[in-house]
Amino acid sequence: MTLKGRSIAKGTGSGELLYTDTPISFLGGVDAATGIIIDEKHPLHGQSVAGKVLAFPYGKGSTVGSYVMYGLARNKVAPAAIINTECETIIAIGAIISGIPMVDRLDGDVAGLSGTVTVNGSTGEVSAAE
Amino acid sequence: MELDTYDQALLDGEYGESRQKMMEILLALGKIYDAERFIPVKSVQVSGASFKTIGDAGLEWLSSIDAKAVVPAFLNPIGMPRNGWEELGIPQSFAEKQIQVNEAYMRLGIRPTCTCTPYYFSIVERGDHLAWSESSAVSYANSVLGARTNREGGPSALASALTGKTPEYGLHIVKNRLPQIEFRLDDPEAAKKWTNAEYGALGVVAGAIAGNRIPLFMGLRPNRDMLKSLGAAMAASGAVALYHVNEITPETRFPFFKQHIAEDEREVVTIEVADVLDVFKETEVSAVAIGCPHLSREEVARVAELLAGKKTVMPFYVFVAEEMRASCAEELAVIARSGAKIVPDTCMVVSPLMDHAGTVMTSSGKAFSYLPGMCGVTPRMGTLEECVRVGCGE
Repeated sequence: MTLKGRSIAKGTGSGELLYTDTPISFLGGVDAATGIIIDEKHPLHGQSVAGKVLAFPYGKGSTVGSYVMYGLARNKVAPAAIINTECETIIAIGAIISGIPMVDRLDGDVAGLSGTVTVNGSTGEVSAAE
Repeated sequence: MELDTYDQALLDGEYGESRQKMMEILLALGKIYDAERFIPVKSVQVSGASFKTIGDAGLEWLSSIDAKAVVPAFLNPIGMPRNGWEELGIPQSFAEKQIQVNEAYMRLGIRPTCTCTPYYFSIVERGDHLAWSESSAVSYANSVLGARTNREGGPSALASALTGKTPEYGLHIVKNRLPQIEFRLDDPEAAKKWTNAEYGALGVVAGAIAGNRIPLFMGLRPNRDMLKSLGAAMAASGAVALYHVNEITPETRFPFFKQHIAEDEREVVTIEVADVLDVFKETEVSAVAIGCPHLSREEVARVAELLAGKKTVMPFYVFVAEEMRASCAEELAVIARSGAKIVPDTCMVVSPLMDHAGTVMTSSGKAFSYLPGMCGVTPRMGTLEECVRVGCGE
């Protein structure tokens, strides 16, 4: 199954899908040292974003969140790729400076993907191999 | 987006990997905001200058970039004065990190002006396209000077500095600069006696109502320092990046603007003077801080006049740009003799200086809005005259 979206940050990444319909704030929401979601109110609280294809609607919170994403990449606990419903500047900039492939505006339902998901941030293609 | 040969070359990495990444940032912004093309910018103001805000990850990112600014680019206030931070009790651990941040920016060709008022030290003309960051500077450039800038984040401003470009969207486009909400005062006569501080308090009230809409004020005649206070406060209590004051700010004199405000319908809100004055609630204070945004030459002269021959009885901070120190040495000497501390390069919001300072009195509507959240202190609003009176124990 292949979906097509809009290229935001180039590169290719694969991993298990970690999906949420709740926006994420990286500043204060994700621990840059471990990649674990520490926002207690978030449905993914306690889970790690490291190596996952992280799908969420859009980012929120402080613009410093872009640097937190850079910190995740430096600590090798960044997501393998990011899929947003509609991207905004915090996540887009964070993904670009951190080298995390990213797409948004997929033409199908991301929650329906299963198995290992591959995101091609350069072409905007997202595929699931089962 | 439509790319010219220079834009394409940047994206293809012909100007190096750092500029390629920077152009990718600008391209992503262009996509997010539906820009059709990139435009050149005349100058850039870079935020994300205090270690207090960007932290270790931000510092690491800056250190990884290898390119120099191609247009004049100035730095926002940092977390402490470059000289004399020891006397102000700034922790050594913070200072070391802040110095690394400064050095990283200087290596990128960003001038360490360390001020939120770059418009006092650079030429900005009506219609100029800029990529500025700090909310009050953005508001002043757009509204008072008639230049055109969106409110940039740290990385996007740096991207513009290193490429000279910005995506054309938002406030770069004339039709997006027209007013969306109109403010009137129930008693416009009262405003004739107002100082900068009352205009700041008006900004606190109006910004909360305006949100991110573009306000048009009717029936006011503020000078430039009053406009500075008004805009800075609205950018803090709301997200106002541009406002107009009819027959005062430059764009309101354009014929198409006059026609638009005569014909277009918009929400009209009457603000009560009593609500503006209500911002000035009296309470005991433990420190005074003025200069948010950094003081103009006229404001420095006024502070010196008020403090001449007096002695402050509590910590009294005066924030100015380093470059202003050179041109107002005499006035600043008068201020220093009162015991007030003149602090360049930083501000009460981004330095650790005011953290846990108790109750801080300020003449700034912007500081009044930010001090509780950013520094955990209780703010009290006062006119400059009141700040001096309280600060000197009168």
